Amino acid sequence: MENNILSLDKLLIGKKAIVRALVAEGLERRRLLDLGLVQGTPVEALHVSPTGDPIAYSIMGAVIALRSNDASKVIVQNLS
Amino acid sequence: MLITNIGLAGNPNVGKSTVFNALTGLKQHTGNWPGKTVVHATGKYTYKDQTFSVTDLPGTYSLTTNSQEEEIAREFILEHDFDVIVIVVDATCMERNLNLVLQIIEAFSNSVVCINLLDEAKKKKIEIDQEALSELLGVPVVGIVARSKINLDKLKEQIYLSANSNEPIVRKKINLSEEETTKTINRAKNIYRKCVKVKKQNYDALDRRLDNIVTSKKFGFTIMMLLLSLIFWITLIGANYPSDLIFNFLFWLQDVLFGAMTKIGVPAIIIDISLYGVYQTLAWVVSVMLPPMAIFFPLFTLLEDFGYLPRVAFNMDKFFQKACAHGKQALTMCMGFGCNACAIIGCRIIESPREKLIAILTNNFVPCNGRFPTLIAIISMFFAGMTLSPLNNIISVIILTSVIIFGIIITLLVSRILSNTILKGLPSSFALELPPYRRPQIGQVIIRSILDRTIFVLGRAIIVAAPAGFVIWIFANIEIGNSSIISICTDFLDPFAKLIGLDGVILLAFILGFPANEIVLPIVIMIYLATGTMIELDIPQLKTLLVDNGWTITTAVCTMLFCLLHFPCGTTCLTIKKETQSWKWTGLAFLIPTMTGFIVCFIVAQTLNLILSYL
Repeated sequence: MENNILSLDKLLIGKKAIVRALVAEGLERRRLLDLGLVQGTPVEALHVSPTGDPIAYSIMGAVIALRSNDASKVIVQNLS
Repeated sequence: MLITNIGLAGNPNVGKSTVFNALTGLKQHTGNWPGKTVVHATGKYTYKDQTFSVTDLPGTYSLTTNSQEEEIAREFILEHDFDVIVIVVDATCMERNLNLVLQIIEAFSNSVVCINLLDEAKKKKIEIDQEALSELLGVPVVGIVARSKINLDKLKEQIYLSANSNEPIVRKKINLSEEETTKTINRAKNIYRKCVKVKKQNYDALDRRLDNIVTSKKFGFTIMMLLLSLIFWITLIGANYPSDLIFNFLFWLQDVLFGAMTKIGVPAIIIDISLYGVYQTLAWVVSVMLPPMAIFFPLFTLLEDFGYLPRVAFNMDKFFQKACAHGKQALTMCMGFGCNACAIIGCRIIESPREKLIAILTNNFVPCNGRFPTLIAIISMFFAGMTLSPLNNIISVIILTSVIIFGIIITLLVSRILSNTILKGLPSSFALELPPYRRPQIGQVIIRSILDRTIFVLGRAIIVAAPAGFVIWIFANIEIGNSSIISICTDFLDPFAKLIGLDGVILLAFILGFPANEIVLPIVIMIYLATGTMIELDIPQLKTLLVDNGWTITTAVCTMLFCLLHFPCGTTCLTIKKETQSWKWTGLAFLIPTMTGFIVCFIVAQTLNLILSYL
């Protein structure tokens, strides 16, 4: 089951996952929390920018784009 | 009489400004992107003999200090003497919105939740149990459709009731610990689950499909280019007819006025100053500059209201990352197309101070509405002819689009340079919302923004262009020694201006155009006319006037480039001073684009001259 744990930027488009932890610190952590990325929040990867980064996710009913640098600090569990 | 203070809070993109307009009857433009309500509007309305003053707060996602806007909103909620706070939420995006709702209710007890966009929710088959929601939140809930004013009276009644309740208002600093944040978000999720039923599984399927296309590798950039070009094309074609009509009318009127003034015996010098100085400058501004401004602005507003601009930011973000800049800079650049000064205020949506400064210092590389017609006029005179043939228009559009893209490239380059020198640092984290697409109120937007623009341009023409015309006439007609003041100035500037492909007159016009960019080209025309002989003029013959005064292809190219790359207008400079609270950054915001313009124009002028001399 350990294979199902990954960072959010690695989540494939169209896949759903659940937030398990944040590895960001300080202001960045605060921002991610404010987006609703707390433990247990479901997320889904929706769109990828034509240049490959950022990626847009469905988070709490809104579509939010995150740069891979930020998304890599959100640890999720793949729901497959 | 006692005035009841109402605060209007909510996430961005929830139609807060529409609610504000519906309540107060004020016509404030509503945007579909974060940062539109940056200067908080206030308005009044009366209900049941009680006067309510409504303050529109900046749209925010939470009350924790992230951006300047959140700080403003939080301060207002906690410290302003509000009697009631109305929290506007988007019925189609409840889960996300509830987080802020819970935070505000905790900070300010006398709140009313106003669920807007119920019609959109109905379309998407989203059902909201308002009673249950009210019970769980512990505050009144009113569902409305602000656009068509449905249930507006209900909202007013509820505000009235809440304002007159005898319960004491509790204001409390909210706890920002991680534990508390997590708790609030989980509560939001819980409440959402209990009160909102989504009957259609893929309620946002249409948005997603549209996003799959406009952000795709295949079509993303092509669609961006095509949309931008389409807007330019409509502006070019649409501006030609009114330009000619207005021009003919105004210059016919000039003859009539001349006749009338001569008849009643007005002294010749007064006639000269008022007609050939003041009136003619006004006429040039209105006939050449106004039509493109009045057409471009509403078109861009439609794109903005539709919700397309955040997608542009999404597509372009990688470039901003490489420039170590903020992704939302793409949004502030888009605002720059309308007005650079407004865009500078819009830079508040950028949380990190370093990246905000980069966005402010480079914003002027996007030509605002007032510089746009100069580009259009020069392109149609020198590169595509003044005819209306479709092919010529397409050539014009391609050139115009290239100029804009060049401006974007310069923006990215300068941002990169700033990030490596005086504004060193790494890109900060940020989240960009891609809000649901919305059908813009096409008729209303077009009519209102054409009217707004026309009134705005006319107002500025009277305040700025008329005095400028007066000054130019005086300067052109007062002689020191054997030459007029104007020629002394232009002769002084000429050697330097020639190096960068311009001439003294053009450079002087840019300097005199500091109060407002839309008077630059009219001033050039006026100076040429004042120092040369009067000829029978109409718009197609403008080119003859310019060529007679030494304009070449090099002059045209360099004037366009300098129009794109020069100091911000006076209003923008003042706004930068206000926003940065620093003369140093204001000075740099002035110098950076100007130096860029000098360097680019010098290189281009010298290269072009070299090439042309070999041909």
